Amino acid sequence: MSNDMIPLLTKALGETVYMVAVSMAIASALGIPLGVLLYATDKGQILESPMLNKVIGTVVNAIRSIPFIILMVAIIPLTRLLVGSAIGTTAAMVPLVIASIPFIGRQVETSLKEVPYGLIEAALSMGATPMQIISRVLLPESMPSIVAQLTTVVISLVGESAMAGAIGGGGLGDLAIRYGYQRFRPEVMIATVIILIVLVQAVQFVGNTIAKHLDKK
Amino acid sequence: MIKFSKVEKTYASPAGPVPALKGIDLEIAKGEIFGIIGLSGAGKSTLVRCINMLERPTGGKVIVDGQDMTALSDSELREARKDIGMIFQHFNLLSSATVYENIAFPLKLAGKADSEIKAKVEPLLKLVGLEAKAGQYPSQLSGGQKQRVGIARALASEPKVLLCDEATSALDPQTTKAILELIRDINKKLQLTVVVITHEMQVIKDICDKVAVIDKGVIAEQGTVLEVFTNPQQPITKEFISVLLSNDLPAAFRGGKISPEPAEDAYLLMRLTFIGESADDPVIADMIRKFPEVETTLLFGNLDHIKATPFGRMIIGLRGDTAKVQAALDYLKSRDLKEEVIGYVKRHDSSAD
Repeated sequence: MSNDMIPLLTKALGETVYMVAVSMAIASALGIPLGVLLYATDKGQILESPMLNKVIGTVVNAIRSIPFIILMVAIIPLTRLLVGSAIGTTAAMVPLVIASIPFIGRQVETSLKEVPYGLIEAALSMGATPMQIISRVLLPESMPSIVAQLTTVVISLVGESAMAGAIGGGGLGDLAIRYGYQRFRPEVMIATVIILIVLVQAVQFVGNTIAKHLDKK
Repeated sequence: MIKFSKVEKTYASPAGPVPALKGIDLEIAKGEIFGIIGLSGAGKSTLVRCINMLERPTGGKVIVDGQDMTALSDSELREARKDIGMIFQHFNLLSSATVYENIAFPLKLAGKADSEIKAKVEPLLKLVGLEAKAGQYPSQLSGGQKQRVGIARALASEPKVLLCDEATSALDPQTTKAILELIRDINKKLQLTVVVITHEMQVIKDICDKVAVIDKGVIAEQGTVLEVFTNPQQPITKEFISVLLSNDLPAAFRGGKISPEPAEDAYLLMRLTFIGESADDPVIADMIRKFPEVETTLLFGNLDHIKATPFGRMIIGLRGDTAKVQAALDYLKSRDLKEEVIGYVKRHDSSAD
């Protein structure tokens, strides 16, 4: 093992964690409300609005149907507009966030659908407003499931961030391609893969632990 | 307290409109426990949900405490709902909240201060006997305990009306009894108007003052529980009651040819119903004393109570000289009881049964 490897790996790991964490935070802040909207505007729900539901649903499906690598390239003008450059770790976060928002939206919608309708009915019978039903019934009741779903999103973000690295975003993916593949250093490739495996295992473990802790069922 | 006038509810479906309620007229007085019984699909759940507008009627009016519920705006309706507590078959408790938090839930929704919530929740915990469980989650409770939480939660906003939607249908018989007793206690203590939806006549018999039988979206029959029990008019009502009261003939007579005409060796079978005071009268003993030559066989007997009123049922067989049997029958008719002549049946004895 050459002595330049440790700092290379540390730096790349830091960039990956930074990309994933910040992208996840921004995407969650927008994706969770999107999921609530998808759920609540559906037929027979508390904010039923078929038109709005159809429009949001179509946009979500459209973004989700674009492969990440194409999305990344296709939105370069937007990325330039937002962060001033299309290259670098911060720039890589723009496509990561855009790809994750609809993903999180659908995952959250699925979690909310697991809440028995009886609970909503009970809250309505007590005079709850739609906002109170969302904040005090739907979100707390589906929180263990939402955490489990978001864990899946984080893991897919780790993978996507590696792809983003390939267009100059840095991180473990970038390192594996530039050193492991282009400079014929298989030991860098292997080390990167091991770190990614450990990282994903750790994310899954933390997600499971939190979900289990929240679940009172 | 609650008045339905010509309430209709029709659901739209791909196959066309499906009527669930077809012109319901009902009046429920303040402080009474009113039962609504029906088979599944009869419309009883829709009916109870029309009281708090969880289901909006497509026609007619629902008046609760002087307010036309169908005419309220969304925010007025939310206020009105706080006066109507509701409990459910599957309890519908928040699984992520403790017993205390579940009971406090309607108060939280109303934006009450924590100190005020505490002052209300603690007596409620005591009322339903769950002081020791305040910090537990619903998953740690038995079905009966969950329904107690449901009841306490429904009472937290001090409603005037309590709606019970199949509240005991998911519970075992002992637990059902305890929950029904609790509902009756609360009704007395708080002068609460209670509407009970059920498919079990036992529930009606145990706690209700009045009952309405709903069948295919219409009220088939209604009255006091005693009236409906002792003198059911509609086949559907008789069916509900027959579950509780054995109406079958004893084995020795079952399947035999029932004839309206006297025949040799045949017994004149009749059902007797004693209500209230007359249940205590020695009617049968008197008859035997008066007509010693008529052979009297007691085939079935049962004494029950509807609320505090004793209610006895009996099947007897009379055999002997036709004129004497007729005289005994006339004597029974002169007494304060209800008799229903089944007919003359021969005993097909020993061999078959």
